[in-house]
Amino acid sequence: MTAEAVTAPPEGAFDPGAEAARATAAILHDTLHGAERGVVVDSPPGAGKSTLVVRAALELAEAGRPLMVVAQTNAQVDDLVLRLAEKNPELPVGRLHSSDTDPYDKALDDLPNVRKSAKAADLAGLAVVLSTAAKWAHVKVDEPWRHAIVDEAYQMRSDSLLAVAGLFERALFVGDPGQLDPFAIVGSEQWAGLSYDPSASAVTTLLAHNPGLPQHRLPVSWRLPASAAPLVSDAFYPYTPFRSGTDHGDRRLSFAVPSDGSGPDRVLDEAAASGWGLLELPARHTPRTDPEAVRAVATVVRRLLDRGGAATSERSPDPAPLTAARIAVGTAHRDQAAAVRAALADLGVTDVTVDTANRLQGREYDVTVVLHPLSGRPDATAFHLETGRLCVLASRHRHACIVVCRAGVGELLDDYPSTEPVQLGTLVKFPDGWEANHAVLAHLAEHRVPWRP
Amino acid sequence: MSLITTLARLEAVRTGRAQPAATVRHRHLSDRPLVFVPLTTAGEAGAPLGALVGTDRDAPRLLVVPQPRDRDLRFAFLSELADVVLPHIEAYADAVETAERTETDPETGKRVKVEVDLCADAAQLIVPSRAGVEFVRLLGRSMRFRRTAEQDPEAPHPAPPRVPLLGRWLTHYGERARVPGSSLLLAMTDLLGRHWATGQSTLEDQHLGALLAWIDPPEGASGAETALRAELARDADGQLLCPPAGPATDPAFDNKLLAPAIERYDRARTALAAAEDGLEADERLAALTAAEREIRALVESRTRPTWDAVWRGLDLLRELPAGAHAEERWTRDRWSFTGHRDRILSGEPPQPRRDDAVTAANKLATREREQARLDAQEALDDPLVMAGRRLAGEAFAGEVVDVTMAYSEGKRPSPRPLVTVRTEDRPHLGDRVRVYRSLDGRPQAAEFAGQETEGVFVLRIVDKMGRGKEPEPGSVPEKGDLVCFTLFEHEQRGGAKLPDPEQTPWTHGGPPGEAAAVPEAADAQTEEDIL
Repeated sequence: MTAEAVTAPPEGAFDPGAEAARATAAILHDTLHGAERGVVVDSPPGAGKSTLVVRAALELAEAGRPLMVVAQTNAQVDDLVLRLAEKNPELPVGRLHSSDTDPYDKALDDLPNVRKSAKAADLAGLAVVLSTAAKWAHVKVDEPWRHAIVDEAYQMRSDSLLAVAGLFERALFVGDPGQLDPFAIVGSEQWAGLSYDPSASAVTTLLAHNPGLPQHRLPVSWRLPASAAPLVSDAFYPYTPFRSGTDHGDRRLSFAVPSDGSGPDRVLDEAAASGWGLLELPARHTPRTDPEAVRAVATVVRRLLDRGGAATSERSPDPAPLTAARIAVGTAHRDQAAAVRAALADLGVTDVTVDTANRLQGREYDVTVVLHPLSGRPDATAFHLETGRLCVLASRHRHACIVVCRAGVGELLDDYPSTEPVQLGTLVKFPDGWEANHAVLAHLAEHRVPWRP
Repeated sequence: MSLITTLARLEAVRTGRAQPAATVRHRHLSDRPLVFVPLTTAGEAGAPLGALVGTDRDAPRLLVVPQPRDRDLRFAFLSELADVVLPHIEAYADAVETAERTETDPETGKRVKVEVDLCADAAQLIVPSRAGVEFVRLLGRSMRFRRTAEQDPEAPHPAPPRVPLLGRWLTHYGERARVPGSSLLLAMTDLLGRHWATGQSTLEDQHLGALLAWIDPPEGASGAETALRAELARDADGQLLCPPAGPATDPAFDNKLLAPAIERYDRARTALAAAEDGLEADERLAALTAAEREIRALVESRTRPTWDAVWRGLDLLRELPAGAHAEERWTRDRWSFTGHRDRILSGEPPQPRRDDAVTAANKLATREREQARLDAQEALDDPLVMAGRRLAGEAFAGEVVDVTMAYSEGKRPSPRPLVTVRTEDRPHLGDRVRVYRSLDGRPQAAEFAGQETEGVFVLRIVDKMGRGKEPEPGSVPEKGDLVCFTLFEHEQRGGAKLPDPEQTPWTHGGPPGEAAAVPEAADAQTEEDIL
């Protein structure tokens, strides 16, 4: 994820590489030599969170401290194992997995120093043992691990931390506060306002009980281009701003085939030039799987592939072809994702990732096409207004993000101000979804292209 | 709202009658439910005005607080309520059967089977609306920390003997009602709303009168119109013809009828206190009794229609056959009931004001598990619910068009037959997604192995075929069989065991302090508490 900036910045300017290095050094210092039991690291999208986790893991292992790593999904665990092995193939790593069929990525079988087991006892004595929070919750130990790293700690629920916190003495908590909050499938208002509300995020509970813990944040997003970082930072991280690691002009998106003048083509050109594009369909109340909007999304993706896109970035001086693997479509609901997949299949596109915001968390693409969560809706529910949902959808791209939306979302937002009951004792989260949506919408309005097939 | 509910509601609007949302009854109904129709005083949280309560639909017991702000009268009401509710609960608590339960042996740490008492049945409490459930919870909270004169001779306003106990039971019922699928404490509007879809909003469904009007309108009348009348129609005095199911009362009733009646009662009481001789006192007592009788009549006039509506709702629900899994869920309710009985018998203190971190996490985990279990069981019990899941792409039904025998790789190949199913549903199947079907009540798993053409899916059956090389007869679907697979699991795995509260980790504030170990006192007395 991390890429070093190649261009040397002018004298006195913000040097992203140096800023990031300073933050990382401070984090590692507190983790390895600090007196507190925990260290919290907030990381905006694409700020090198995984790189930090891998680096901290290697340094802790080097210092001879037995380390457990807690991630939230099996895919995240496998990804960390692969990154660890890539950085240090000699390191003895344990992958604790479930007893289901196919519990881990088959690629792990090729790594000689990675031992895999469903029993924690088999992995005793290894430098680093990694697993999901759900699996760790079943582990019993006589003596706790000296250290733990909890990855995606803002997406972990408080009760899930409660189940594993007895396994370690100290921990580094890393996560992105702007992404989707964890949720419960039943009501949990009963505990709202309690410091240990089991449905709150692990970090909320941790900091409520240990307010003195050192908190750091990574200041540079290496993923988001210069065109996107200011918007995402202002709209979703108003009190903890971050910068883009690259400058305007460092990344370029170009097409071999010129525009045919249609809406989708014009929005592609707009997005290539400015990093953002809004393809606006006429206002209308529609079912969730709005056939017109779904078709528009599919058409944009089809054109994106047909026009021979090429991406130039700081990673390589030569333009890299924009392949299907570098494009993703994000939606709010699973049925919308299914509808887009079907529409893409009709147009002969099969390899493009189409998923919901929840599943796109932590992923990175060159170009994303987003079906706006509020497009065509008659109402704005808490689900659709959730800040994290829009933040995830608007921060997966390295080059450009194209939003497909029906007109009238601004009026919808004004008709439905947030009406969630205020719970005493809970920390009000800023910004609220209403405000964040307006901020994004206002910015997108400058890159609006009306739909004309 | 799911697509099928939206369709049912649209159809209800078109036909003017509620449409079935279930073909079986998904909640257990007791043969002898205790119905409780409470009313509360406007502007006085937790001050009951009166209630109808009982198990005999023709003879409810009327309880009234003629002056709801009078603490002694309120206690008298609660005491009377305890006299009705507690004997009913205790009758169930006393009848037990023996059951087996796995427990961790404290000495060896092993899981062992132990024989324990399980109440043969549990007392079921039914209130008219969701707000009634909330009120039960509120009553429980207001009572369980009260001290009786026996417990604390110094208490300035000792509670009548059985009131704290009633508070503990009501608290337990209120808490259990938060567990999805539980039936210890049910709200009639929720019950009816689960089984029928009306043409009004779910908010309007909270009005029991309107809800019943949609479901069972009078002969020849439209449900929609009857419902509207139930919500809005008033008599010449401006009073609602169908009083709200409570516990809140209609403001017109409060202002025009109740407030003047309470005023007269207060005056009669003051007059009685000021009586100077026996004759005068007798006269004034008669006036007071008359004033009280008037309030009783008012309370009865507002609760009786709701009382009858609740029983009518029960009649309607009893016409539906019980869902296959409802009894199993009721058994969990019986365990919960028995558990609370045991805690009281063993002299444990009342439920704390707030859950500690571990209890809260355990409750949330249980409820999430029960919600998933309920969703799965309702779909398996009821083709109409399953149809909703099929429409949502979470299940599919179809005909087996081909079965090919195949085996797993490895030293001991096991059968992994490939079953091709043709369906008109559109399930969200992805690579290696697991699907389940019910095989004699047990879930059999299969893997999605590919799509042949539109609507033709290949599934690889992976379990429940016995240990042999050949699958056991009947364990693999045959060509021509009609099958229904779900993308959701049928059974829920138990969650991880959380630490004991004394082992609460540092991330969650450490073990609850010594203060939490002693029973909490009620709120301290303030000046405002005494009129």
